[in-house]
Amino acid sequence: MFDEMRGSGDAVRPAYAELSQWLAEVKPDVLDFRRREAELLFRRIGITFAVYGDPEAQERLIPFDVIPRIIAAKEWETLRRGLEQRVKAINAYIKDVYGRREILKAGLVPEDLVFQNPVFRPEMNGQKVPHDIYVHIAGIDIVRLDADTFYVLEDNARTPSGVSYMLENREIMLRLFPELFSRYRVAPVENYPDELLETLKSVAPPSASSEPNVVLLTPGVYNSAYYEHSFLADKLGIELVEGRDLVVKSDVVYMRTTEGLKRVDVIYRRIDDDFLDPLVFRPDSGLGVPGLMSAYQAGSVTLANAVGTGIADDKAVYSYMPEIVKFYLGEEPLLKNVPTWRCREDEHLAYVLDHLEELVVKEVHGSGGYGMLIGPKADKASIAAFRAKLKSDPKNFIAQPTLALSTCPTCVDEGIAPRHVDLRPFVLSGRTRTRIVPGGLTRVALKKGSLVVNSSQGGGTKDTWVLDN
Amino acid sequence: MRLRVFHRNTYRYDPPAAGVIQVLRLTPRNHEGQYVVRWRIDVSADARLAAHEDAFGNLTHVFSVDGPLRELSVEVDGEVETQNTNGIVRGTVERFAPSLFLRDTALTRADAAIRSFAQGIRSAAGGDVLAQLHALLDRLYEEMTHVTDEADGAANAAEAFARKRGLSRDLSHIFIGAAHSLGVPARYVAGYHCADEAATAPAAGHAWAEASVPDLGWVAFDPAHGFCPTDAHVRVAIGLDSLGAAPVRGMRYGPGAETLEIAIKVGQ
Repeated sequence: MFDEMRGSGDAVRPAYAELSQWLAEVKPDVLDFRRREAELLFRRIGITFAVYGDPEAQERLIPFDVIPRIIAAKEWETLRRGLEQRVKAINAYIKDVYGRREILKAGLVPEDLVFQNPVFRPEMNGQKVPHDIYVHIAGIDIVRLDADTFYVLEDNARTPSGVSYMLENREIMLRLFPELFSRYRVAPVENYPDELLETLKSVAPPSASSEPNVVLLTPGVYNSAYYEHSFLADKLGIELVEGRDLVVKSDVVYMRTTEGLKRVDVIYRRIDDDFLDPLVFRPDSGLGVPGLMSAYQAGSVTLANAVGTGIADDKAVYSYMPEIVKFYLGEEPLLKNVPTWRCREDEHLAYVLDHLEELVVKEVHGSGGYGMLIGPKADKASIAAFRAKLKSDPKNFIAQPTLALSTCPTCVDEGIAPRHVDLRPFVLSGRTRTRIVPGGLTRVALKKGSLVVNSSQGGGTKDTWVLDN
Repeated sequence: MRLRVFHRNTYRYDPPAAGVIQVLRLTPRNHEGQYVVRWRIDVSADARLAAHEDAFGNLTHVFSVDGPLRELSVEVDGEVETQNTNGIVRGTVERFAPSLFLRDTALTRADAAIRSFAQGIRSAAGGDVLAQLHALLDRLYEEMTHVTDEADGAANAAEAFARKRGLSRDLSHIFIGAAHSLGVPARYVAGYHCADEAATAPAAGHAWAEASVPDLGWVAFDPAHGFCPTDAHVRVAIGLDSLGAAPVRGMRYGPGAETLEIAIKVGQ
């Protein structure tokens, strides 16, 4: 077990030296007071999330832990390079899959995994996107196993969320713990909205003016991430729109305003492909914009992220990421992949069925920690039930070993105790460069021993401090 | 055979629509056995038709009209020279390898009943794909009732198969789902069919399926009629299902109801 403060033994790691000392000095009631103050602030801001399938708790506060998670400058540099490489490869792969399909011809990724995949969008075939960037905003989930080993747990290339927590957490920490900040040189994250806006403007279509009109398209107030949508639109200084606020005429997208129609150049969409355009995808979608895909195909508007990027973050495709990085970049991947059994392959399935009690089995299209089996934590009955589910549709599952995720000191009822964490940094890809704000969203499993960090399943968040030097 | 196609959709909006946008898949392309002599689309309102090509190489036109709009008609008038190719489809625009067309959709997905039906055909017809497809065509024609009233349509292949009846659309979905479960790429075709007594036959668009046969390429099957399409068929658009090949997909802005009247004449 690797603790980010204490390593594998009891010696405090250098990056945590000041924090460890501060924790030793700070009085428990002071810490507790600040904790409650933080919660109050979050309540006042109104940062909440909805839990699917829990009508009792429509809106809930995501627990925030006041002890920061610290990443040394050198560690971050390794991560940053790995993330940049990975997202570059993802973009090249998506371009290829909707273009020449060299990777399928080379036999590195099986054709049916792409063609039969519901997240593959035939509509994107041959579609040109500005500067060949498909994934403008990626959220890459990273877990740490020891001092030197980081794994990518999951790529999120569709509409990754959580960045509002990264920003809010920092704001609250700066307000409540100025003395702790004075002991460290923490790299800023506050510039994320500017970096995002620059990224979005840089991929505007050629038809746009030098000041492209960027809007954020939300499915609306009932979406679990609506708070983040309105928060980001506000920080970026762009319009927050719903489908009904946009209209397509002669292959151009316009926004309805009190002064009439205004042309839209870039849509930061936080709505899934399926709902984007009822004339092309789900006809029953009331959330989208009829005709949007025609305008997109005509090249008059940029969608960020592009349509069909799910073909890169599908959990079965994930298992091919090391090959994907090598194929497009000719480099060894800097970030490791968790070893993954693809249940679509007979030998893999046989192994998984034999080792269910030690593996984590996930649905290929699942998210939020739903629909998965954590073998070591499951009882006999749930393993048996899952075995039947797996056998009836093996293609729909992958399996991975249970990883010993790193822990971080966390405030819990019994005091300060180690809890498992992961990290979701956000990678922005624009016309000329990739931008990664140093930090990201650290999620923490608040239950003792739990490895599930998802907010919908009792996870909390922490501020993530990347140190300058 | 020279076929004349006339197709008019008339929409009436009450109260008047604030605006309308439509994507049309109403223009056939040339291929072996089909030559488009002339073809035009007229929209009753003032609108620019923006021409596109969709994912599968179909020609599409998009237009939007500002309201208030009480009525809108979209009219197609054209002539196509056709030849009987015994169902073999060549010279078409292909944007994907046939294997893409193993892809299921909510409309074509085979349920247990369709899968076991297909397995039965495989056992009876043997390993030859073409023989399997012909057996599938024959069995569907024998066992299913082809209806032409839209109100009789099914939600998807499984529902139509359970009811043993369906529109040409539904029968094509069953054919596609069954072919997929046999591992054969298959796809949906929307078009027109000239019935023998064209003048009196009820007017409707027609649908059939195409399946990819090793060494032969795409072959068309018309499960509503129980034979392979001939020179009486005009092939307009393909897709994974009826939604993807739909002649018209549109949206009206503003509240209220709309009615659609379809007039189709296909004659020599």
